[in-house]
Amino acid sequence: MKRLINLTPSKPLALALGIIPFFLIAVIYLVNSNARLAENPNDKLLPPVSKMVDAMERLALEPSKRTGEYTFWADTASSLQRLGLGVLIAASVGLLFGIFTGSIPLINAGFSPLLTILSLIPPLALLPILFIVFGLGEISKVVLIVVGITPFIARDIQRRAQEIPSEQLVKAQTLGANTSQLLIRVLLPQLMPKLIDSVRLSLGAGWLFLIAAEAIAATDGLGYRIFLVRRYLSMDVILPYVAWITLLAFIFDQLLAFANRKLYPWHAQGGK
Amino acid sequence: MIEAKNLWKQYGDNVVLEQLNLTVNEGDFITMVGSSGCGKSTFLKLLLGTESLTRGELLINNKPIPNEPGPERGIVFQQYSVFPHMTVLENVMAAKAFSRQGITGYLFGNAKRDAKEAAEAILTEVGLQHSLNKYPHELSGGMKQRLAIAQALLGKPKILLLDEPFGALDPGIRAEMHQLVLNLWREHGLTIFMVTHDLKEGFSLGTRLWVFDKIRHDPQEPNAYGATITYDIPVTRNHEDSLKMLTEHTSKSSTTITQ
Repeated sequence: MKRLINLTPSKPLALALGIIPFFLIAVIYLVNSNARLAENPNDKLLPPVSKMVDAMERLALEPSKRTGEYTFWADTASSLQRLGLGVLIAASVGLLFGIFTGSIPLINAGFSPLLTILSLIPPLALLPILFIVFGLGEISKVVLIVVGITPFIARDIQRRAQEIPSEQLVKAQTLGANTSQLLIRVLLPQLMPKLIDSVRLSLGAGWLFLIAAEAIAATDGLGYRIFLVRRYLSMDVILPYVAWITLLAFIFDQLLAFANRKLYPWHAQGGK
Repeated sequence: MIEAKNLWKQYGDNVVLEQLNLTVNEGDFITMVGSSGCGKSTFLKLLLGTESLTRGELLINNKPIPNEPGPERGIVFQQYSVFPHMTVLENVMAAKAFSRQGITGYLFGNAKRDAKEAAEAILTEVGLQHSLNKYPHELSGGMKQRLAIAQALLGKPKILLLDEPFGALDPGIRAEMHQLVLNLWREHGLTIFMVTHDLKEGFSLGTRLWVFDKIRHDPQEPNAYGATITYDIPVTRNHEDSLKMLTEHTSKSSTTITQ
């Protein structure tokens, strides 16, 4: 018998082992749901799948009587717009900050301590300030996402820039490169795949800030909806919404990973 | 061409190099040997401009050597010398792009075409003409160093610095690389400084062999005295005797240092 750490599962076994937990969770849910429904057919805590399907059909396929919109898709569109804008701004600002502080010692000396302190501020504690300054509209939600994840991206890119072997920078200089050429041709292209990795890691936090902001002040959005229907204990809406958010998060993560492999094949193949 | 006058280099109290006096002529191929920590690489960094000296003078064409890397001094490191995000061809073309003024470091139009031709020519010279579109991580160690050399040469340096460039290569590949470096040295009229751990390599390649060693030792404070060039040997063929003598000498001093 080999040692445990040397036992590797075959592909089908690995797949099966991966599916089992999902399957178990589904079974546990259904068993408990059925048990509760047998006792009380109007139980709201663990609704049957059929009820969730009904709720989703109502929200996704029928226009809302009040607004005429398809609620589910309108929620999705608003949330994604906020998240996309926030992440885009955070990635751009983080990249600029990271690349300059990570490669130019004078700028690093000027901004690094500030960045370190800023990154320690809990972003949610700033939410009231954002609401006061930017009002309850779209801007404050986007700004919360930006404030929340920019420091992480900036510090990550800064560290990645510092990790690029100094030999490369010296070599480029012996070939005559000036500072801007170094930044644009040596550092930037090597940091782009790292930026995508960094964005992938910060998307989770991005969703967190989005839902927090929507829960507190919004009139639509995925986070707004689940906090709204919480009042009626509508688990039949909350559970599919949570599953949908998870699926979206998974899709974006995979899309970014795919983009990284396609755009920067040398990085995916371990080129250093 | 290059002159050192009573050069000292120390980090705090740690003296690395002391009393270095030397003159190097254009076209010299200097190999530098010595045990670890004897200042060979430090001297190379002084020439490169990434370290600055503590006392004395280091002159290039009678002017103090610039204190940052520049196009007149090319370098090939043991590793990390090439850009991992560029293909072989792009790596060498980048050398052309960097040698021009500009903000982005990208080439367009005619300049790009010319750079491509020059790059292909030099890559053929170093034997990489069949790997133009590969990324560095797809190359073997020897091919990577060929690429690094091609890149350095396209910058048209007068002086080429080699920091243990073949240390990580197999013996067979190493012999090929020696031939390549000798050919390029003659053809391009370079002045080469090469750090090596391999005495034999030092003898077979260079026209001058420098041995870095500490003359004075203080057993209580091993860092109090620095190394200097203890032997400056003009290399012709048939140096079996000096090779033997040096092997004994350096092994003796390296044991003192490790103690």
